[in-house]
Amino acid sequence: MKYLSEYRDERIARALAAEIAERTTSPWVLMEICGGQTHTIMRYGLDELLPPGLELVHGPGCPVCVTPLETIDAAIELALRPEVILVSYGDMLRVPGSRSDLFRAKAQGAEVRVVYSPMEALKIAREHPSRKVVFLAIGFETTAPANAMAAWQAKQEGLTNFSLLVSHVLVPPAIRGLLASPANRVQAFIAPGHVCTIMGCAEYEALVRDFNVPIVVGGFEPIDLLQAVLMLVKQLEAGEAKLENQYVRSVSYQGNLPAQQVMAQVFEVADQKWRGLGSIPGSGLRLREEFAAYDATRVFSLHDISVEEPAECISAQVLQGLKKPTDCSAFGTRCTPESPMGAPMVSSEGACAAYYRYRRRAVAS
Amino acid sequence: MRQGRVQFGGIVRVVSLDFVPEAVVDDYVMVHVGFAISRVAADEAERTYKLLEEMGALQEELATDPEGGTGDSTG
Repeated sequence: MKYLSEYRDERIARALAAEIAERTTSPWVLMEICGGQTHTIMRYGLDELLPPGLELVHGPGCPVCVTPLETIDAAIELALRPEVILVSYGDMLRVPGSRSDLFRAKAQGAEVRVVYSPMEALKIAREHPSRKVVFLAIGFETTAPANAMAAWQAKQEGLTNFSLLVSHVLVPPAIRGLLASPANRVQAFIAPGHVCTIMGCAEYEALVRDFNVPIVVGGFEPIDLLQAVLMLVKQLEAGEAKLENQYVRSVSYQGNLPAQQVMAQVFEVADQKWRGLGSIPGSGLRLREEFAAYDATRVFSLHDISVEEPAECISAQVLQGLKKPTDCSAFGTRCTPESPMGAPMVSSEGACAAYYRYRRRAVAS
Repeated sequence: MRQGRVQFGGIVRVVSLDFVPEAVVDDYVMVHVGFAISRVAADEAERTYKLLEEMGALQEELATDPEGGTGDSTG
């Protein structure tokens, strides 16, 4: 397919890897933020092409992984009500809440439906006027405009049986949190290309300025990622810190303005809890007051709950780049994609799932 | 609501074009959860690729290993 196969060319990948090795004279720790990028790195073994000492650690950019336990529990609670149809993106169904998951709720008779787009959730609401349709609206900035559009459209149509259970997270405040942490090891970042397609580059420029850290906006194909690594290594070796854009075929400096506009009309910035990371100020989105009638927490008067992660799960450290999935005592044994203990083992974008799928041999040997 | 038919490999899906009002027939778009979020800048894509390809070609000329660049790299 055009703009895909070219960016998987092995010859170019090897040339890039050779140049990275040539340029690298000191050890560096780079973090890719997005789970889609982690998946590509593991799938193509890109980290194995890098010289010793150049380490890639995996960031918190897997939306399923950072959705708080409390949101999953609330979704399960709503799904089990007889009047509710709970609508979700597919990879949320296996994510463990504190006691159950949506798959098990479905087996117990809850009506849980999987959609590819939030617009399908609206369609379900139109087709079932006597039921209450709740859409589990999770994701990063990439997904927020689409979810915002569903709320906006529902209001336009005057739908009264549709609401959103919102758990939206924002990337820049999370990077800020990582950089401000005394435990931080990350010296440069590959910023998430699809998030930046929506939001543009300005917020990342501010991070470069405030923390003197190199950031390159990167794409999702192997060549994109190797090129982004090379751009970062060049900056690090030269002692520079600037924002560069590798993913120019999709990302512009100002981002997607129509998408940002809908997002701003429907959502406002709020404090947000991240699974594994805790609460980060101003790192999430909630529905604006004008859309309160579409906010499931208000429609169903959901109360605030707080629950704990399983003690053995080290996903918090994995999401901060402090540990690798294979450092976990449960990895591949008590925790697998079929029976996950923590969220990074569930989603195809989760670091643990990517290691499980592509790196089990390395663990066994 | 503006929509378009988008081909992904072999599959055709109807996606919203609300966020890419500039998109026209035959464009390549990036799609996320049923919404096109960017129109792929063909000129930028080709320029990047050309640069990379030249680099790959150069590397190949310099390579001494006749097997280089082919085969299974997972071993």
